[in-house]
Amino acid sequence: MSTVESTLTIPDIPCSEECLLRAGNTNCGGCGMTLGLNMLGRALAEADQQCQLAIPACCGIVAAGAFPTTAYSAPTVATTFAAAAAVASGMVAIRDLNGESHQVICWAGDGGTYDIGLATLSAAAERNEDIVYICYDNEIYGNTGGQRSSATPPGARTTTTPAGKQEAKKDIMGIMAAHGIPYAATISVAHPDDARRKFLRAFETRGMKFLLIHSPCPTGWKSEPGDSVQLVRLAVRSGLFPLFEVFDGIRYRVNAEPDWADPAEYFARQRRFPPDAVDLDTTRRVCRERFIRLHTLAGAFPA
Amino acid sequence: MPLEVVTGNHAAGHALSFAGEANRTGRGTACGIYPITPQTEIVERVAAFPFSKGRVVAVESEHSAMAVTMGASVAGARAFTASSSNGLAYMVENIMVTGFYRLPVVMVAVNRTLGPPWNIWADQGDTLMLRDFPWIQLYAANNQEVHDLTLVAFRLAEDHRILLPVLVCMDAFIVSHTQAETDLATQEQVDAYLPDLDLPHRLDQDHPRALGSMVWPDATVSHRVDVDEAMQRVPQVLDECREAFAEVFGRDPSGPIESWHTEDADTVLVTSATVATTARRVVERRRAAGERVGLVKMRLFRPFPESALREACGAARRIGVLDRDYAAGMGGVWWQDTRAAFQGDALARLIQNYLVGVGGGDVTPELIDGILDDLATRQVAAPPVWVEVEGALARGAVAQPATADLEVGT
Repeated sequence: MSTVESTLTIPDIPCSEECLLRAGNTNCGGCGMTLGLNMLGRALAEADQQCQLAIPACCGIVAAGAFPTTAYSAPTVATTFAAAAAVASGMVAIRDLNGESHQVICWAGDGGTYDIGLATLSAAAERNEDIVYICYDNEIYGNTGGQRSSATPPGARTTTTPAGKQEAKKDIMGIMAAHGIPYAATISVAHPDDARRKFLRAFETRGMKFLLIHSPCPTGWKSEPGDSVQLVRLAVRSGLFPLFEVFDGIRYRVNAEPDWADPAEYFARQRRFPPDAVDLDTTRRVCRERFIRLHTLAGAFPA
Repeated sequence: MPLEVVTGNHAAGHALSFAGEANRTGRGTACGIYPITPQTEIVERVAAFPFSKGRVVAVESEHSAMAVTMGASVAGARAFTASSSNGLAYMVENIMVTGFYRLPVVMVAVNRTLGPPWNIWADQGDTLMLRDFPWIQLYAANNQEVHDLTLVAFRLAEDHRILLPVLVCMDAFIVSHTQAETDLATQEQVDAYLPDLDLPHRLDQDHPRALGSMVWPDATVSHRVDVDEAMQRVPQVLDECREAFAEVFGRDPSGPIESWHTEDADTVLVTSATVATTARRVVERRRAAGERVGLVKMRLFRPFPESALREACGAARRIGVLDRDYAAGMGGVWWQDTRAAFQGDALARLIQNYLVGVGGGDVTPELIDGILDDLATRQVAAPPVWVEVEGALARGAVAQPATADLEVGT
């Protein structure tokens, strides 16, 4: 078994003022959100697509920078924390009524997706709004200094779980797939080719698209900025973060097979996980079971 | 158009829908809608309207109803919604943001008691709680006012000197569910009255901007000053909107305040909405009997028409403010602002607050007679009086003092 081919070759699109996220932003070193935005920008350029952004409270809107400047080259609306998918619904309605073709993209963190924005997202998914909803999941309320969200994995220490989080991470992909939306996929910033293909697929798909990006946050994860990409690659290799797609909520495709690297290293290189905070045997079992489930679904309902 | 017998909700839904349709030659219309008694018939009417360039999005909450409306508005469309009571409370965050984003959204609110205890009847506490947000607030007293002010609201909101959202409010059931003869606009009239919306800061691919990103305090001050200046322009622009309305519809939708018999009154009642309608009958009857009483009916609450109110009250030494609302720990909201409007006034006036019809109780002519009788006996202003509480009125009534003895209401 091997991981998906993930070279770092990218289309020859220079990062310039035409990029979605312009140079000169104030994002942290090693920020997975920044990598995700750059990949999104390149995919938009490759597809020759324009976009409008609806961004709730999160590092994504802080990244725009201070008025009157903006790091984004696309029209951007800062929405209230819970409202991104609803504001985007209004933007999509008027786009369609006027025959315009830009993508309407929600760019939200895990707090705005798994927690406060979930009802809004669920309703937009149920209406099958033509939105690309992207959650960059750094598994923490990063912008407020590192509090637990329902995306925080068990064992992780946050400022509101000082002894380590006891509960499991919410299965947001299962929730979104249960809406039967046309397309849902997970993305790792360590797999840019896979990410590129999924962004392009999302742009071509009519209706609700949900993309979940595993997004390292050195500040919140207490990890080295230079380790970010290696960490999320390790998450894919060890089966902690499966790369897969769900079509119409029913047909599954697994995009990368773990080589079952030891997840111990993943936890050891992040100081948010105190020593012995994670039950590795349980973690390995949960990861294996998750893959058995994904393969069972993909076998029964192949994409 | 011939008069039709319709409810206040029907009148509101008609005006909202026709206003949205009128923007079909512009960027169209959209709204997020969510039901709550007693406004639901408004959004039902909107949902059934055959828009030629519009979309009605039935969402999962009031918070999202305003969010969809905001998204449509920022994309350059004419956008509106309706809500009430606890629905407005749930919507509050996006109501605030819509105002600070200077989006010309129109919302019809049916004034219903905030719960708990749960109560669906008329009380203005729900919209008055929004008083500090950058929304213009208009209060309609009957079905025709609901209809006319809703159309005026769009023209006012979309004027480039204003660019602020507008709330049009009506009393639950007394107006929302009561049928009355109403002159409903034709589409041709609304087309003539409402030009296509041109939102200067709408999302534009050629000029990408970030709306709502971080600012420093100095830019925030500039923003608030802009809002304040727009608010100060409202009376002038509202007058122009009235004149334009009269040209198209042949009637005056009426202005920020209306007054009767105040020019030589020594006692004036200040109130709004349907309470003002009842108060007018009482005042007319007592006038006919020789009493020097007058009435001021408030339509505009934000911006608060201080100078117009002072002018309308003339030389009246006794002013009774009737509030169908209660601000905890304070008293009536209209009373607070009325008192503030008379700050520094040269005349010694007694400004007394009466909390009446709070929670939707009937405000009868008898209650208003009681208020006027009580007001005539007071030498100094007392704390707000709960009118329906037994013994609250005419507490310690004494012979009417000389007006010179009156103290300024506190």
